[in-house]
Amino acid sequence: MSALMIRNLHKSYGSLEILAGIDLEAKTGEFVALVGPSGCGKSTLLAMIAGLETVTSGEIWIGDRLVNSVQPKDRDIAMVFQSYALYPTMTVRQNITFGMESRGVPKAAQAEAVQRVAALLQIEQLLKRKPGQLSGGQRQRVAMGRALVRDPKLFLFDEPLSNLDAKLRVDMRTEIKKLHHRVGKTTVYVTHDQVEAMTLASRIAVMNQGSVQQFDTPKRIYDRPTNMFVAGFMGSPAMNFIPARLTGSTSISVRAADGSDASLALAAPMPAGAPKDVVLGIRPEHIYRFTTDLKSRKPAVASMQAPVELVEPTGAETLAVLRLGDLEITGRFEPDDAPVMGETITLGIDMSRACLFDPTTKALL
Amino acid sequence: MSTHDLIVPAAAAAARPWRERLGTMVPILVLAPSIAASFIYVFVFTLWTLYISLSNSSLLPTYGFVGLDNYASLWANRRWNIAYTNLFLFSGFYIVGSMAVGLLLAIAIDQRVRGEAAWRTIFLYPLAVSFIVTGTVWSWLYNPVDGIQAFVRGLGWTDFSFALTANRNTAIYAVIITVIWQSSGFAMALFLAGLRSVDPDLVKAAQIDGASVFRTYRRVILPTIAPIFLAVAVIQIQFAIKTFDLVAALTRGGPGVSTTFPAIYVYDLMFQRGQIGEGAAAAMMMLAAVAVVLVPYSLWIVWRRRAEGRNG
Repeated sequence: MSALMIRNLHKSYGSLEILAGIDLEAKTGEFVALVGPSGCGKSTLLAMIAGLETVTSGEIWIGDRLVNSVQPKDRDIAMVFQSYALYPTMTVRQNITFGMESRGVPKAAQAEAVQRVAALLQIEQLLKRKPGQLSGGQRQRVAMGRALVRDPKLFLFDEPLSNLDAKLRVDMRTEIKKLHHRVGKTTVYVTHDQVEAMTLASRIAVMNQGSVQQFDTPKRIYDRPTNMFVAGFMGSPAMNFIPARLTGSTSISVRAADGSDASLALAAPMPAGAPKDVVLGIRPEHIYRFTTDLKSRKPAVASMQAPVELVEPTGAETLAVLRLGDLEITGRFEPDDAPVMGETITLGIDMSRACLFDPTTKALL
Repeated sequence: MSTHDLIVPAAAAAARPWRERLGTMVPILVLAPSIAASFIYVFVFTLWTLYISLSNSSLLPTYGFVGLDNYASLWANRRWNIAYTNLFLFSGFYIVGSMAVGLLLAIAIDQRVRGEAAWRTIFLYPLAVSFIVTGTVWSWLYNPVDGIQAFVRGLGWTDFSFALTANRNTAIYAVIITVIWQSSGFAMALFLAGLRSVDPDLVKAAQIDGASVFRTYRRVILPTIAPIFLAVAVIQIQFAIKTFDLVAALTRGGPGVSTTFPAIYVYDLMFQRGQIGEGAAAAMMMLAAVAVVLVPYSLWIVWRRRAEGRNG
């Protein structure tokens, strides 16, 4: 059974279309991430699931109930906001109990629920404080506590980590993942950070301009993006796009730095009817320094020459900007084996991991 | 290295302290006139008034010390007692009334009504009308012969009675209604600004938490804008205490002495009757009335700031 089902959902303000036919589904206990650039409609979609925005057309099902016109409080959901939205004049305890108080839960049950959630999130010592006296990470925990205490069917997170500094964000990400494992609630998580989506979600919906581009597992989305938008959005540094020509059913040629054409053998033959001009998509980590040892380990490696324009060591890895015809591509190397600036390197490109796109439709071939 | 190179840094070093000194003096020079003026007009004249209130001044200030005689004769006067009682009655109703009306208007406008700017202008407009004009217009409205009473009677309710200003027991309420009309738009503007500054996510969170609209306002939104209540109250208290022109135009302190206010009384003593000493004493009592409210308020502000400093 699916905990959340969205069918052909539309949202428009006047003539401005925000969501253009969304279909989405989350199975019970699943963690679904909605990811996309700002303005893609992901937060609007979340607000519609919560009932904070009206539905223009389409259906939203939570559990076995059509909730299109159900009040937010009756949808059996809980939400964590980007700004946390903690009630500033109430203590942490009052923040957590406010919902139960509004629904008339007896005092004893309230106290018990607060105790349970506070222990789970380790915020017992903060219960008497006000939100203004908490750090960003503590506020984040309290906001999650307020959501957890409802024991809802569906958890909604609206960019909950974007107000934290980089280190805390990574810590809280881990905590959210642990928490999800322990609590096992169906979760819909909105983020613009593709790393967050990759690390947390069991399935990711990549959105752009009001529609879902691809809805699949993180691995499938990373390895086999359905179009160039998904390929370019997921992964950092982004996937390299190299214009290429099909020279046979199993080989393509690309323009090298010196103006000559380098021929690369494809790992699998192209289907008949593929366009002559294609775009080769290759992730930076699938570009290596070519050696005979590499060739024996990865038979699908194709080689070509490229001068090194710039080297960016980040510690764990070294990124190198390589010249290829009149475009630059990025390769990711082991620091010990990294190329140096000015060197012309023989690249080994793992063609088994390459994606080919149609340059007109932008779709994966 | 030539001598030229040596001279330039030395000259620069000499020039810099002078410029720096000027830089540090500019704020003092700019602020000095206003600091001096407020010191003289507030503290010196307050102390001077205090001294005159203890003197036997009549038409002109004289400096024969008579102790608290002026205060005794002031408090023996029935008209002053009425004025002082009126001040508290009026201030209380005025502040509570205009805040309540202003808050309701602000909440109503905050519901995303159509033509919001027009409503805002309409409700804020009375503030642009001077107290004299307000007083005059409302005195016509209250006038039984050609005001609201005459209008309603003209519609057919011939025994309708609305003559607040004609009765010495109700005249003060006529003043209160008028001043609420005048100033609730101002309270509305401040409250509306406050309501607009509340994070909309808070309201959404309360909605998901299942709180009703009334409960959301009472428990979440209004506590968040509590500082605005204080700001409105403090601004209106000082309006209330110096009320003069509105009453002068609306009721002239009457009927009888029923709507006399301290400010009217002070004016009367000082400029009509030539009793500067007793007038100064009345003025000091007005200062005391302000102090009763503002001193605890500022102490509370200081205490709160310290408490916040402690908690970080």
